[in-house]
Amino acid sequence: MHNVAQKTQTPLIAYLLRLGDSALVLGQRSAQLCGKAPALEEEMALMNVGLDLFGQARNWLTYAAELEGEGHDADHLAFRRDAQDFRNLLIVEQPNGDFADTMGRQFLFDAWHVHLLDGLTQSSDPRIAEVAAKSLKEATYHLRRSSEWVMRLGDGTEESHTRMQRALDNLWRFTGELTQFDEIDQAMFEAGIAPDPEILATRWKATVEEVLEEATLVRPSYDTWMYTGGKVGHHTEHLGFLLAEMQYLPRTYPDATVW
Amino acid sequence: MLPSGNHPSKPVDDWPSSDLIGSDRSGLPRAGDEGDIDAVRAVLQEVPDPEVPVVSVVELGIVRDIEWLDGRLVVSVTPTYSGCPATEVIEQHIHEALVAAGYPDPLIQRRLSPAWTTDWLTEAGREKLRAYGIAPPVGSASKRSLVGQADPVVPCPLCGSEATERVSEFGSTACKALYRCRDCLEPFDYFKCL
Ligand SMILES: [Zn+2]
Repeated sequence: MHNVAQKTQTPLIAYLLRLGDSALVLGQRSAQLCGKAPALEEEMALMNVGLDLFGQARNWLTYAAELEGEGHDADHLAFRRDAQDFRNLLIVEQPNGDFADTMGRQFLFDAWHVHLLDGLTQSSDPRIAEVAAKSLKEATYHLRRSSEWVMRLGDGTEESHTRMQRALDNLWRFTGELTQFDEIDQAMFEAGIAPDPEILATRWKATVEEVLEEATLVRPSYDTWMYTGGKVGHHTEHLGFLLAEMQYLPRTYPDATVW
Repeated sequence: MLPSGNHPSKPVDDWPSSDLIGSDRSGLPRAGDEGDIDAVRAVLQEVPDPEVPVVSVVELGIVRDIEWLDGRLVVSVTPTYSGCPATEVIEQHIHEALVAAGYPDPLIQRRLSPAWTTDWLTEAGREKLRAYGIAPPVGSASKRSLVGQADPVVPCPLCGSEATERVSEFGSTACKALYRCRDCLEPFDYFKCL
């Protein structure tokens, strides 16, 4: 069992866990659709996006594990921590639902991810800057695809429009974490490690508004009640089930060296 | 908790946008004994990419450096995508090829920065892709806007027609998109710009 020792968890480690865990959990959500996607092309796209996110998660978590200095690696952080030690955004752990839910979740995340990574390429921490530069190229493709789907479903048939709007309305209460920031985000900004969280929020909103308008969807209010807490380990019940599936094998056979 | 960042009207937008175009175009080799490094490169020229075996790791542009450090051969390799499942296999194949060629203890290093770009695909590599039935990347890697941006014209690698359409942003591997030719009706992979 991995217990993240709070005393050794510097703001930088906490921040890296947020980056890595969000990529990991969304990657796992994509991977859950393996063999279940609505079309072959979408299956390949979902798996490729998931793979990109797993690769990014590994890069962030490897760095976090090195800074922890307890001899762990990225796999240890991914497979041996419990839900309360995960620092991912709440939106990425929400269920796949129908295709509108899946693409709506991906879009709201991608729109934030691209601007965040863009800002992180300017990080004063060279390791973060290089992982971000690599990830940004991938996330740009992810956003392109997810926004195309939101537009296609929103501006599609009556049925697809209704479902896309419903997905948006359901997911919206988890977007507060994309625009609000806490002392860790602020500390990272002040250290020159992360971009200005207010600029990030402004850019996320601009991208979301541009795409939703094109999609003929109604943007819910920014001032509605928002669920928060993922970034400090307070998760919705969905994360536990996701981790149980993801972690079952390595926890059952902790000493396995060949898979 | 600090106050939320919900200020949609506040005009704060001042961090410089990054440029996705890789600027590192330095050729190989860079250091060490010229003769030896050319010989090493010739060995790597024969190591195929496991997912697109028609091009070598050199032609793909993922071998970033070949050098001798304190008497040890060091080869730096960059992954195409963060999650590319072939990364470890490629490193292993490079290692095996070098050992088989008489370099007993090469060190294969993974290098993330500068991030790989399709601009590093060699001309020979592009031609081999096309001959293999994969359309090579069109134009230079750049950031594209989200809405209202036309896809580049990707000529069909089979019949040369420009009447093609994108079926999916993602193809059989992360580095490819899926296209279809409206003239010869064949589907094909496009090695997308990154
Ligand atoms: Zn054709």
